[in-house]
Amino acid sequence: MQKILIIGATSAIAEATARLFAARGDRMHLLARNHERLETMAKDLKIRGAESVTFDAFDVNDFDRHPALLDAASVVMEGIDIALIAHGTLPDQKACEADFLWTLKEVNTNAVGTISLLTDLANRFERKQQGVIAVISSVAGDRGRQSNYVYGAAKAAITVFLQGLRNRLHKSGVKVLTIKPGFVDTPMTADFPKGLLWAQPERIAKDILKAISASRDVVYTPWFWWPVMVLIRSIPEPIFKRLSL
Amino acid sequence: MKLTSWGRYPVIESEIQAPVTPSELRSRFTAAASIPCIPRGTGRSYGDSALAPHAISSRFLNHITGFDETTGVLRCGAGVTLAELLDLFVPRGWFLYSTPGTKLISVGGAIASDVHGKSHHLEGCFSNNIIELTLMLGDGEIVSCSSETHPELFHATCGGMGLTGVILDATFKLRPIKSAHIRETTFKAHNLDEALTLIEAHEDTTYSVAWIDCLSTGSRLGRSLLMTGEFIEDGRLDLKRGQPLAVPFDMPGFLLNRYTVTAFNTVYYHRVRQDRSEHIIHFDPFFYPLDSIHDWNRIYGKGGFTQYQFVIPKEAGREGMAAILSRIAESGRGSFLAVLKAFGKGNDNYLSFPMEGYTLALDFKIDQGLFPFLAELDHIVLDYGGRLYLSKDVRMSESTFKRGYPQWEAFQEVRHRYGADRVFRSLQSDRLGL
Repeated sequence: MQKILIIGATSAIAEATARLFAARGDRMHLLARNHERLETMAKDLKIRGAESVTFDAFDVNDFDRHPALLDAASVVMEGIDIALIAHGTLPDQKACEADFLWTLKEVNTNAVGTISLLTDLANRFERKQQGVIAVISSVAGDRGRQSNYVYGAAKAAITVFLQGLRNRLHKSGVKVLTIKPGFVDTPMTADFPKGLLWAQPERIAKDILKAISASRDVVYTPWFWWPVMVLIRSIPEPIFKRLSL
Repeated sequence: MKLTSWGRYPVIESEIQAPVTPSELRSRFTAAASIPCIPRGTGRSYGDSALAPHAISSRFLNHITGFDETTGVLRCGAGVTLAELLDLFVPRGWFLYSTPGTKLISVGGAIASDVHGKSHHLEGCFSNNIIELTLMLGDGEIVSCSSETHPELFHATCGGMGLTGVILDATFKLRPIKSAHIRETTFKAHNLDEALTLIEAHEDTTYSVAWIDCLSTGSRLGRSLLMTGEFIEDGRLDLKRGQPLAVPFDMPGFLLNRYTVTAFNTVYYHRVRQDRSEHIIHFDPFFYPLDSIHDWNRIYGKGGFTQYQFVIPKEAGREGMAAILSRIAESGRGSFLAVLKAFGKGNDNYLSFPMEGYTLALDFKIDQGLFPFLAELDHIVLDYGGRLYLSKDVRMSESTFKRGYPQWEAFQEVRHRYGADRVFRSLQSDRLGL
C-alpha cells in the first residue's frame, strides 16, 4: 500500500491513473476544483479497491493555501509516498494573443501554481529522504509552435524546473518524474477528429504507473512521441519558423 | 468530427459533447434553443441508432458509486462498460445477469438497447435486473424511474434507443458466481429440425446459443452447432489475460464471398467431430469470442456491413425459420457469423426486441442489392409475425418498424409527455417516423 497525493485529480489522465492505484489497494488523497466530481470519484475509487480516499476542493491559483492543503494531505494519509501533479488547462491561444490577462491566468494555472506546489513538496520529500514526485508536462513544452506557444511555454517552464529539481533531489533519494503525453482523448477534446496519434487516458495511465515503478526520469507517452519530438526539435529554427505548426 | 457506429455505415458529420457531470450536461438543455441530440455509449450498435448531427457521449459518466457486497447490487454511471465491470467484479465472485455477445458496450447502451444474451430464455433482458435508473429529460430535469416509479418512462427508456432522455446512471443486480469457468457442451445438429429439437431439449440450461451454417441447403438446411453452458463452481475467479489481436486495416471487401464463406462454414462445422462434446472454458471466450479480435468489423471492407437480426414467434417457428433460411441460402449472400437462439417471454418495454420465439442474426457486407434483398426478408419476417432488432438496424422502413412494434404509439405518447420527442432524435428515429 502506498500513500498517494493526486493534484488535479479529476483530469482524465489523473483519474485513469488513480483507478490503477485503487486496483493495487493504495491510499489516496485527491485535490481538484470541483467538489461534486471529487465526491463521485472518491466513491468510485473506494469501490475499485482503494484502501481509503479523502479529498479537498481547491483552486490551484490560490497559492497561499498550498502549504496548508499539503499539510492536511500528509496528516490524513499519515505521510505521502507519491505526489502526482496533473492539473492543467488547455488555453485558447488566440485569446491569449489578444489579451495578456488571459496569458497570465493560463501561465499561473499551468506553471506558477505547479511551481508553488513543487517548492513545498520538494522540501517535504527532501527532509524525509524519499518519495516520488511525478508531474504531467507535455510534448508541447519541447518546442514552441504558433498554434499553442502559451501552453507550450508554461509546460517548458515545468519541464526545466523539474530537471533542476531532479538534479537537486537526486542525492536525497527522491525521484522526480516528468511525464510528457502527446494528444490525449479527454472531455476537452471529445469533438476533435482523432487520428493515429491520439491515445486514451487509460493508456497514458499505464505508462505513468510503469514509469513510476521503474524510477524513470522522463517518459514520453505513448512512446512514439519520443522519436517524433527528437525530429521536431532537430529542425533548424530558420526552417522551423516558416512551418505552420 | 466524422462519426459512425459498429457497422461503419453510414458515416456522418457530428458534433460530440462528452459531459463530465450531470450539471454540465444540464446546461445544454436549459439553453434557450436546445438542439436535438442523441445519447451515445461506445458506438457498438451496428446501424444509425446512435448517429445524429449532435451526439452526447456518456464516456466520462463512468463512475461506480455504490456496491453492496452481500446482495450484489451495483450503481454506476451510464458510461461504465460491461468489460470494466467484469474486470472488477469477477475476481470478487460476481458476474452479469444478462450479457450480449460483446462486453465492449456501456451500461447506458445496454439499457437503451435492452440487450439480451444466451440466457434470455430463462432470465430475460438486461432491464430485467434493473432496480432503478436515472434519466435527464429534455429540459434538464433529472428523474429516477423503475418498474414502480414513473413505470411508463422506465418501460419507454429500456429498449428506447436513447429517445427518452440521457441515462445518467443505473442500479442493478449482479449474479453471484463461484467460478469464472463454464462447462460448455457442443451438440451437432445436421439440419434445422434437429437444431430446434436440441434447443428445446436443453431449455433448462442457463446459456444456450447455436451457430448456424446459413449457406447449406437441401437436407442440410440449417445445420448447426448448439453450444450450451453452465458456470461451474471450482472457485477459480481469474480473468483472462493477454492482448487481444487486431485487424490492422480494412480488408478488401471481395475476400468475403459465397465461396470463402462456404469453405469457412464447412471447416467450422466439421471441426466438431462427435455429436456431443464437453469441455471447460473460461467465460471470456464463451461469451465474447469476437472481443478478442479488435476491430473485427474491418473484415467487411471499407463499405461497412450490417447485421440482420429478426425474431419470429414460436408458433411460426420451424416453418418460418426454414422459409427465411432457404431464401438466404438461395441468395448466396454468406454470413459466417450466423447465430440462432430461442427467446423466452417478451417484457413490458415498448420497444424491447425479444418475444417468445426464435431469433437469427446474420452479418452482411453492404453492397448494391443488399438492401432490396433484406426488404424481401422483411416481408417474410413480418408475415410470420416477427420483427427486427433496432440496435442492429440501419435500413428498415417506417412501415416495417411500425408493423413489428405495435406499441410504438404508446412509446411516442410517453416521449411526448416527457418532452423528449423534439429533443432526442437519431438518424434511425427520423427514418422510422418516431
